[in-house]
Amino acid sequence: MKSLLRRFGRWLTVLAPLLLLVVLIGAWQLAADSGALADVLGLDSFLVPAPDEIATSLWDDRELLADNAWVTLVEVLAGFALAVALGALMAAVLHLSPLLRRATYPLVVASQTIPIIVIAPILVVWFGFGIGPKIGIVALICFFPVVVNALDGLGTTAGEQRKLMRSLGAGPWRTFTVLEVPTALPYLFSGAKVAVAVAVIGAVFGEWAGADSGLGHLILLDNGQLEIARVFASVVVLSVMAMVLFALLALLERRVVWWSGDR
Amino acid sequence: MRAKGNDIQGISVEPPPIATQPQPAAVPVSVANLGHSFGELETLRDLSFEVAGGETVALVGPSGCGKSTLLELIAGLAAQGRGTIAVGGAAGTGERLRSCAWMPQRDGLLPWRRAVDNAALGLRFTGMTQGESRYRASLMLARLGLGEFENAYPGKLSGGMRQRVAFARTLLSGKPVLLLDEPLAALDAITRSDLQGWLRETLRVERRTTVLVTHDVEEALYLADRVLVLSPRPARIVWEGAAPAPLAGATRAEEISTPEFVALRHRAHDGLREAMSG
Repeated sequence: MKSLLRRFGRWLTVLAPLLLLVVLIGAWQLAADSGALADVLGLDSFLVPAPDEIATSLWDDRELLADNAWVTLVEVLAGFALAVALGALMAAVLHLSPLLRRATYPLVVASQTIPIIVIAPILVVWFGFGIGPKIGIVALICFFPVVVNALDGLGTTAGEQRKLMRSLGAGPWRTFTVLEVPTALPYLFSGAKVAVAVAVIGAVFGEWAGADSGLGHLILLDNGQLEIARVFASVVVLSVMAMVLFALLALLERRVVWWSGDR
Repeated sequence: MRAKGNDIQGISVEPPPIATQPQPAAVPVSVANLGHSFGELETLRDLSFEVAGGETVALVGPSGCGKSTLLELIAGLAAQGRGTIAVGGAAGTGERLRSCAWMPQRDGLLPWRRAVDNAALGLRFTGMTQGESRYRASLMLARLGLGEFENAYPGKLSGGMRQRVAFARTLLSGKPVLLLDEPLAALDAITRSDLQGWLRETLRVERRTTVLVTHDVEEALYLADRVLVLSPRPARIVWEGAAPAPLAGATRAEEISTPEFVALRHRAHDGLREAMSG
């Protein structure tokens, strides 16, 4: 009996998020079907799609959604990769040069306070409607968590460890590559996971500022044409994209920095 | 790249009584009028002692008396205040860094490197090839009874094994002076008394100049040729005595219960107690 309860408990922890999702969607469905949701919001019911209408749109418009999702995915991946590469490099340079760190760190923080939504149209004005500005915006939004986490990671090695390296005959560069970089890798992954989740938002902002394809672009069009069910369908695709990318990164993390399992 | 180190797996786990590296020349260590402070906090005051080439000296003292700082000073790893430290006659920090192998209290093993690659770390830094350094590290690990575990990652090793890998890394540096900071402190009582015998044997075979820090009087008398008891901060030497000569064929338990050993232990304890109360 007890083991049965325990097993039930284990299943519950696995199923809890799923269960909650089902309950929420079910409640939404009921509220939308009965017209209560539209009444409460004071809207016509066609503006408040029920989950089944969103599901229908997901299926019926699957080709349109997939084509645009692909465009957005490419922007997200390119911008994210750029941010991780530049962010890790920047963190390394700032770590190795305290003077440079003092000089530029405030600017790195300041760069994060500029609303992306302001930057995006400017980049489009400067660089046109191509993929470039979108990648730039995604990279900009991803850059900060990558740099900050990687820099923190590089700084976490214990003084005793660095002394040990020196005693063993390692100079600053060897200490950096042999000790500090591997120590910082789990932190870099933490930063990258935060970055990949917000990368999708960056891509949508980029597309809103001016684009001829992508899910953000599609959302803008559908909103204008009151295709609200498909707007929600696009949002679902974006969420799934972010979650899958996050999960892939978590998987990669476990393979690459296997030794830091308890972090 | 990884499979290579296995070709000497067949080697006996029993430590052969020879050193695997050319023996470095016996180098004396001399500390004269050494003083040190952390800001307002005075840790060492006017400390002087000599360690002969090939001799093992144990420093015993209460926790926080500056023993670890003293080792780091000798190793050339910390900025020195007053006084002089000479290793083999050379007083410069760079020279001391080159001739002292320092083993910190925590093993400092890198969890992403196999035991053999951790042990070989110092050799790699001297520019030795990976193959050569691994070969030497494998021989050393086998000699220290870890032959079967050379490809294990530190996370899979027990505390005693990790400590031995760290010790292998220290020995492999080939430096003439060993500075061991509480090498057995992190271990449980049984592993600790087992490793005491093992460490003494290894130090006897190596015959390198060794300064060993411990807070355990019995361990000090058992491992070292000579014992210095330090007072609490600021540390000075309050008692000094030669340890009993090892008894051939006797177990550790027998050795530490001879009347001579017990008497010495009491005298050292009294010295320590006096320093702590006064």
